[in-house]
Amino acid sequence: MKMKLFTLTLLWCGATLFSQDYFPENDGVKSKNNNYMAFTNAKIHMTPTQIIEKGTLLVQNGKVIQVGTSVAIPKNTIIEDLEGKSIYPSFIDVFSGFGVEKAKRAPGSGRSPQYEATREGFYWNDHIMPENEAIAKFTYDDKKAEELRKVGFGVVNSHFQDGIARGTGVLIALNGSGNDGDRIVEDQSGQYFSFTKSIAKRQSYPTSLMGATALLRQLHHDLDWYAKGNVTTKDRSLEALLENKDLPQIFAAGGNGNVLRADKIGDQFGIQYAILGGGDEYQHIEAIKNTNATLIVPINFPKAYDVSDPYTAEYVNLSDMRHWNLAPSNPKVLEDNGVPFSLTLHQLKSPNDFKDMLLKAIAHGLSKTKALEALTTVPARILGKSDHIGTLQPGRQANFLIASGDVFEKSTTLFENWVQGTKNIINAKDQKDIRGNYDLNVGGETYTMVVSGTLGKPKLEIKKDTLALSTKIEYSEDWVNFSFATETGDNYRMTSLVSNASENLKGKVVLPSGKESSFTAKQTSSFEASENKKAEAQEAPKLVALTYPNIGYGNTVKPQPENILFKNATVWTGDAILENTDVWVKNGKIAKVGPDLRASGAKTIDATGKHLTAGVIDEHSHIGALAINEAGHNSTAEVKMQDVVDPKDIDLYRNLAGGVTTIQLLHGSANPIGGQSAILRLKWGEDADGLLFPNMPKFIKFALGENVKQSNWQSFSRFPQTRMGVEQVFIDYFQRAKEYDEKKKSGQPYRYDEEMETLAEILNGERYISCHSYVQSEINMLMKVAEQFDFKVNTFTHILEGYKVADKMAEHGVGGSTFSDWWAYKYEVKDAIPHNAAIMASQGVTVAINSDDAEMSRRLNQEAGKTIKYGGASEIEAWKMVTLNPAKLLHIDDKVGSIAVGKDADLVLWSDYPMSVYAKAEKTLIEGAVYFDLETDKAQREAIQKERNELITMMLNEKAGGAKTQGPRQNKKARFECETL
Amino acid sequence: MKYAIITLFFFMGMQMNAQQTPAGKQSTPITIEGAVAHLGNGEVIENSLIMFAEGKLTYVGDAATRIARTGKVIDAKGKHVYPGFIAPGKSLGLVEVNAVRASNDQDEIGDLIPHVRSLIAYNAESQVVESMRPNGVLLSQITPQGGRISGTSSIVQFDAWNWEDAAVKVDDGIHLNWPSTFRRGRWWLGEPRGYQPNKDYRQQVAKVKTFMNNALAYGKATPKVQNQPFAAMQGLFDGTQKLFVYAHGQKEIMDAISSAKTAGVKHIVLVGGYHAHKITAFLKEHDIPVLVRFTHSLPFFEDDDYDFTYKLPKLLMDAGLLVGIQNADASNFQTRNLPFYAGQTVAQGLDKEKALQLISGNNAKILGIDADYGTLEVGKSATLFISAGDALDMRTNQLSKAFIDGRDLSLETHQTELWKRYMGKYQGK
Repeated sequence: MKMKLFTLTLLWCGATLFSQDYFPENDGVKSKNNNYMAFTNAKIHMTPTQIIEKGTLLVQNGKVIQVGTSVAIPKNTIIEDLEGKSIYPSFIDVFSGFGVEKAKRAPGSGRSPQYEATREGFYWNDHIMPENEAIAKFTYDDKKAEELRKVGFGVVNSHFQDGIARGTGVLIALNGSGNDGDRIVEDQSGQYFSFTKSIAKRQSYPTSLMGATALLRQLHHDLDWYAKGNVTTKDRSLEALLENKDLPQIFAAGGNGNVLRADKIGDQFGIQYAILGGGDEYQHIEAIKNTNATLIVPINFPKAYDVSDPYTAEYVNLSDMRHWNLAPSNPKVLEDNGVPFSLTLHQLKSPNDFKDMLLKAIAHGLSKTKALEALTTVPARILGKSDHIGTLQPGRQANFLIASGDVFEKSTTLFENWVQGTKNIINAKDQKDIRGNYDLNVGGETYTMVVSGTLGKPKLEIKKDTLALSTKIEYSEDWVNFSFATETGDNYRMTSLVSNASENLKGKVVLPSGKESSFTAKQTSSFEASENKKAEAQEAPKLVALTYPNIGYGNTVKPQPENILFKNATVWTGDAILENTDVWVKNGKIAKVGPDLRASGAKTIDATGKHLTAGVIDEHSHIGALAINEAGHNSTAEVKMQDVVDPKDIDLYRNLAGGVTTIQLLHGSANPIGGQSAILRLKWGEDADGLLFPNMPKFIKFALGENVKQSNWQSFSRFPQTRMGVEQVFIDYFQRAKEYDEKKKSGQPYRYDEEMETLAEILNGERYISCHSYVQSEINMLMKVAEQFDFKVNTFTHILEGYKVADKMAEHGVGGSTFSDWWAYKYEVKDAIPHNAAIMASQGVTVAINSDDAEMSRRLNQEAGKTIKYGGASEIEAWKMVTLNPAKLLHIDDKVGSIAVGKDADLVLWSDYPMSVYAKAEKTLIEGAVYFDLETDKAQREAIQKERNELITMMLNEKAGGAKTQGPRQNKKARFECETL
Repeated sequence: MKYAIITLFFFMGMQMNAQQTPAGKQSTPITIEGAVAHLGNGEVIENSLIMFAEGKLTYVGDAATRIARTGKVIDAKGKHVYPGFIAPGKSLGLVEVNAVRASNDQDEIGDLIPHVRSLIAYNAESQVVESMRPNGVLLSQITPQGGRISGTSSIVQFDAWNWEDAAVKVDDGIHLNWPSTFRRGRWWLGEPRGYQPNKDYRQQVAKVKTFMNNALAYGKATPKVQNQPFAAMQGLFDGTQKLFVYAHGQKEIMDAISSAKTAGVKHIVLVGGYHAHKITAFLKEHDIPVLVRFTHSLPFFEDDDYDFTYKLPKLLMDAGLLVGIQNADASNFQTRNLPFYAGQTVAQGLDKEKALQLISGNNAKILGIDADYGTLEVGKSATLFISAGDALDMRTNQLSKAFIDGRDLSLETHQTELWKRYMGKYQGK
């Protein structure tokens, strides 16, 4: 069969290969073929929405000439009657690596980091390679092309899938008989970007998602500067970027919110990217819709987890089980929400999985029209090639499929995939379909026989009663040979000429004795009929409900502000502890505080014996983030934590359960100058942007000491390696920022530099520093550097030797945010003492207790209690250290941090004295909405158990049904602290 | 003003030593009267009378009892007395500053090294050890870290001139980190970061079993050529030492205990036991005590109850197991928070005195030092402390006196000295 296909293809090659008029011809005579081909009586899907019954498709020289029901057929036309068959435009994949060489991983990773670029005459960062042209790395590979044609693809857009700016793609028709002159439709077909750095290059920056984001932004600023002729040298990367800026711009973003991240970059620079998604868009479809981007969506739906071992099943998170269940509905959800999208083979293990996945998406509600659009017109539109490909309108390339029927049905056979007017046979269309159920009579016995599989490569099942026998079958041209062996090993070999006249098979059998006889196989039902019956029997897929965020403990409905009256609580206002006091929460604010309040329409909560406080604020947190350190440079003022907020982190919920309502998400401490902070409100269920504190004050992380000197790991090449050098980094950057700012303010043209902009904000008092610090010398140093540049350090965080310079800190006006009792983990904390907070406070420093730790963060109320034990802080003072004081340090004390009329209702109801180890947060409110409730939590636990069980049963059933599974695994996200690289 | 008073109060007799000088032997009897005595065995005496002489408790009872008060009497009305807390599975005194390699003696190379002993490397003058005492943590099992069998631990008390002085029980146990059925993805090799099945589990288990079987066989004859690792295992088979097995999953726990039992190990202690609550019947059947993971750690699984680690000790106690708390996974300095790990269970419904048992009486029993330590009972060592309030709660854990074997130890530390020094600076003293 294979051999036959091969020869057929070869034959056709000879028939259609033609060279250009101006090419010399030495192996024969000029023999241009200007004949037409007409395909008649077919159901022609000219476009996904224009379907012609019994139509004619007229093709000449690789192009569609005419389509319709009354097409005038010229005399020099070869006519093929496609009665009962369907024609579709062949599929297009926008996101392919077909034929383009793959990047090779750079050797020697593990050595000390490489900070500098390796190229000359290009952009300063090796991961920016817009000058790459896929065409230069392209070699046509017909074996791969055949794999793609077999599943219906006719044209793919291929690019070099490496680096952050990846250069241009090449649009290729999978025409095996032509040459590159024929098949390359476009050699500069779109410009590609991603967040992932090159595996072939070792330059350290960017080490993180936020670094990649910042790099892309700076690239566009630099491009603008370059375009205006301000650069005297040649930068071939920027030249390429300029040249390609009018091409379709395609961003390989992926899942986990990256689509939104990519779109945001585009918005800033007036670019609308077509964006590669991750298949999880259904989880935040509103935000996806608001991007207005056309998506390119993979359909590598996850396999069921193998959960047959209950011990190992424990490792699979509910969120991953849910994604298994819901991912196939992603295309439908996109369709329902009017998000334009194309489908891609990207991320699929093999193109052979494509049809199964596609059918799964359709079974989950994707309409066939949308499916066809996603494979034809949408990709054509993304590439700006709608006039050439994607439909079968006149003038388009003759790229089309001939199928036995609806291509989105399981039973349909793809016969031919024509590319640029060249026929490629997938299954012989004249071959009779012998698939079906039969009664086989041989040697006086009756067997049941089922022929299934594909038309040209059928599968055979023969049963004696219920016993399945071992079988073989081969079907080529008009002959079918098959055999079976009984359980005693008796072998029956049969051969039959397949006749169009009858549905039955009839022929010769060689009996086990060696004697020849005859057999009959009477068809009882056809394949299509039995398949359709199967499909009908299949129930609609059962989908679990989506929550916000879509993991265990997610909210089914986003919490809304409530009208609540807390009665008879012990109220910690901030400055006082009021017994038997009521607090009225209305419209997200604290409406009244006092005894015996009446509040009409309010839900009353009896808080007798309980304590009501403001929500806890953690000045130093690293939860709810996808990255913490951009360690590629010693200054990374340009990176933003708000670019990498992860609203799905379960630690956010656990923080709420510990009474925490606001955190400062800080960059790590890898660099003297770190990235810009984000202040988050733990509004569990909101998306990344919804977590940002409104009118968020601007902060940046700085760091001193062992981490920035890289003392505790093997790295000896980056400046600074000593505390002496750390000072010089600051002086250098602030001096440059000052000069930058002066130039900017003078009205002279200047190169927009995000890093300098950020530092200038500090100099101008618009951005505050939160500086990781340990020993007194460096603390003192930074205050002096700040004074030299005429600004104040806002907060020293960690500040473990703050007690040694508390007087100097008070004088400078800097606050201290410290650990309650950490020490001894490195040399610079050998003098850290738990009395630090109380000593600093005694000298008039605004002191907060912070966590830098996902575990401790949810017990900051207890950590505050430790300042009473160590150093004797008063209880009001101690409580302020986790509420009002961090609010002050974060410049949000006008809204949060204490209980006062008019302030936001960020509140915690505690079961006991709030700083006691015995206290539990019973309710946690943010802006009057209940985000944690002990009772709801209890119900959630039960719901999680139930849903896990339900999904596990579904997965077990899928496995029992013969589906492939993946091993159990736990997709645990990295948990960060300051030093996580 | 408040600071001034505190500073004045503490300033007298301040020393600037690197390490507090160990207290001398108890020379006169001491009586503590009027405190709420938490005995560490589940009992509490509201108005107590406690007397001890020559390092041993001579009386523990009600203050209403008419009995002669001997020696120096401490009026402890309104205060609380507790047995010294015991921290299992720590490397205190084996490492001073984690990031300074030169100060690190906690993890020897080699995979199966039971012969490696912690005691001789224990630094009795460690500043980290010293910092345990003001919180009531007075004893610890000093344990080598890392590897499959990390070595042999010893139990020490925290007021000593040297390791010989410090030793309470020498070479008490051997520590086995049981293989895990799951392992982290090697992301640097391109694997996803999450946990995935450990394909080598069976092989790793077989290696441990082979080692134990060889050690057992070795002990049955008089060897001509000595094998230190095998020799070091013999205490497990004759019952003089305990095997501390670190395991979390149900499968791992059951494999570990069955294997050790089969190999002839007499006393087995489960350390960790994240999923021990799912197989309490099995643990009871084999009479296995559990040193459960400390409460101030995050749940391992995304779908776990947020307070799962808080309540695990209670779940195990409720099932009738002998349970103590360890914080083997935490940094050594954190061990001073041991009382609060126990306190955390109270909000989960555990009785306060039961919570206390987790770090006193039960830990003593599990480590095999309950003849002398862990509870306040006549005849036992006078290792106890007086706190201004509830010692399991941060705010009220404020020690005024602590005794080890009746010796009145200093509650000053490197840290309190720095505190006073700098408060002194600010107050112009």
